Amino acid sequence: MKRGREGGNMTYGFMTIFWRDMIRFVRFKTLLVSSLLQPALWLAFFGIAMSSNFDTLTAGLPAPAGSHVVGYLTFMGCGIIAMTTLFTSLFGGIVILFDKNWGLMREILASPMNRNHIIFGIGLSGVTKSFIQAVIIMAFGILIGTSFFAGFTPLQAAIGVAGILAFVAMFALGFLFLSAAIAISMESPEGLQGVITLLTMPIFFASNALYPIDTFPEILKIISVYNPMTLLITGIRYFAIGPDFISLGKHYVYTPMDIAWAFGGLVVFSAIMFAFAYWRFRKAVVT
Amino acid sequence: MEHAEQEPPIIRVENLQHRYGDFRAVDGISFTVKKGEIFSFLGPNGAGKSTAINVLITLLSLQEGTATVAGYDVSNDPQNVRESIGIVFQDITLDRDMTVFEILEFHGRLYNMPEKERRARIDELLQLVQLDTKRDERTKSLSGGMKRRLEIARGLMTRPKVLFLDEPTIGLDPQTRMRMWEYIRGVNSEGTTIFLTTHYMDEADHLSDRISIIDHGKIVVTGTSWELKNTLGQDIIYLETNNNETAILLLKSLPSIRDIKVKTRGFVLMVSEDGTRVLPAIIDSLRNAGIEISTINLKKPSMDDVFVFYTGREIRDEARAGGR
Repeated sequence: MKRGREGGNMTYGFMTIFWRDMIRFVRFKTLLVSSLLQPALWLAFFGIAMSSNFDTLTAGLPAPAGSHVVGYLTFMGCGIIAMTTLFTSLFGGIVILFDKNWGLMREILASPMNRNHIIFGIGLSGVTKSFIQAVIIMAFGILIGTSFFAGFTPLQAAIGVAGILAFVAMFALGFLFLSAAIAISMESPEGLQGVITLLTMPIFFASNALYPIDTFPEILKIISVYNPMTLLITGIRYFAIGPDFISLGKHYVYTPMDIAWAFGGLVVFSAIMFAFAYWRFRKAVVT
Repeated sequence: MEHAEQEPPIIRVENLQHRYGDFRAVDGISFTVKKGEIFSFLGPNGAGKSTAINVLITLLSLQEGTATVAGYDVSNDPQNVRESIGIVFQDITLDRDMTVFEILEFHGRLYNMPEKERRARIDELLQLVQLDTKRDERTKSLSGGMKRRLEIARGLMTRPKVLFLDEPTIGLDPQTRMRMWEYIRGVNSEGTTIFLTTHYMDEADHLSDRISIIDHGKIVVTGTSWELKNTLGQDIIYLETNNNETAILLLKSLPSIRDIKVKTRGFVLMVSEDGTRVLPAIIDSLRNAGIEISTINLKKPSMDDVFVFYTGREIRDEARAGGR
């Protein structure tokens, strides 16, 4: 029996994977609540603690005319959006590993659905989760006193949110594809955990999430400049704070071209990660 | 054993081989499954049953030989094979945190069934496997037998031409197994061809139309349960004596004895006539030769005997040694 209209094209197969992953997302209440609460807690505790220190240190520095000074909480709040996206995305593929070991992966792989749809489905649900988290952090950030979108018109704010989400989506996809590729190649959750921990450290700290990267040693600086994390945070700051601001005594000026390059960098990164995932899934044998 | 059937076989396998490195898991098997029958692979763990089934369901790529399922070549046309079959895997493959309904809904979506057809089929199948009251319960709350039934329902979602069952009753209690057999027979009687693997003798014996005994990656013999038992003779007589070698030499000449198998402490006679009538003659001839008999046992051949006859060992030992 032939399934499906028009020659059995499985155009919406990824929606099935997405649907099922979202069921899991809302079903595990503790996981759901903690994943939404955690970024807010980072912002509340680490953010407020650090900013109360840094802001005193940098208070005396003179500000050039025409640009506004933003507090550390706002500066690192953008980094927290990125960090949350990174963690959520890197763990986004773990369901594949569970499915592989004692779940549905055999059922999925033995079905007529194209394997790319697994990758797309995981990508879509991961991006959805990251969107929810990003919006929560923005809302909570404004609540506790960050100056996200300060002085923006409603239209500018709307564009700002859309811009941030676009950056978050592109970045998230890259790491979701990577996570899916690792998960389908691994045997145990412990192994995946290890690889992810190993990856998060340099990606997070060799970026401009918590501090400027200009004063880094040369090699670290090069890594940081091309780090997708830095590209993401550059985009978030541009859309949340503006093209010209001062924070931690450093003057940031972003041209639209800078932002286009950053986004382009994330597109290239995601494309490479998709190719990697595509290759791993093609080779995957699960019996 | 090939009867001239009008319809072409629904599964045709020729010289199938599959290796993992140097190990030949499947070592050149050929067989056909007729449309509408229940066909079993009977063999110990590690005999190559699951590897063979995984090639047929396209989870493993075909290395050597040819295999067609429902008329489609597994290596050239896996997509069509996948759309024609249903599968119940050896281990439970249910998401513990999805409901019974969601499991079936997911499967229907995976196979691109239109929503209306999907919903109607789910209702129908939940009734068939008697899980309609469990519709919105998560699978982790189901008993082992219910989980298996749900998996069978899932395998039937797309109305497959062939349903593959890999060790369908493994780990179930005897009563649940019997009921599972009833479900499987019911599904079969509605026209679905069943291909199953098992290491349970009784399962192969009671459930299958035809059985292939598989061992060390090779098919040792194929036939109906009756045919297989019959090759062993009408009855089986086990003897232990104080001089087995001479006894065997002596008994070989008796016309009613079809075959003799030497065991560690005694030997087994396969007799082609009613054993109760042959036995006195056997006892007489041994006594006359001065051989003392210490043990006699007469029985009808069972599937276990068939298995031991063709593979030279008991499946139970294997099953135990094999773990699962």
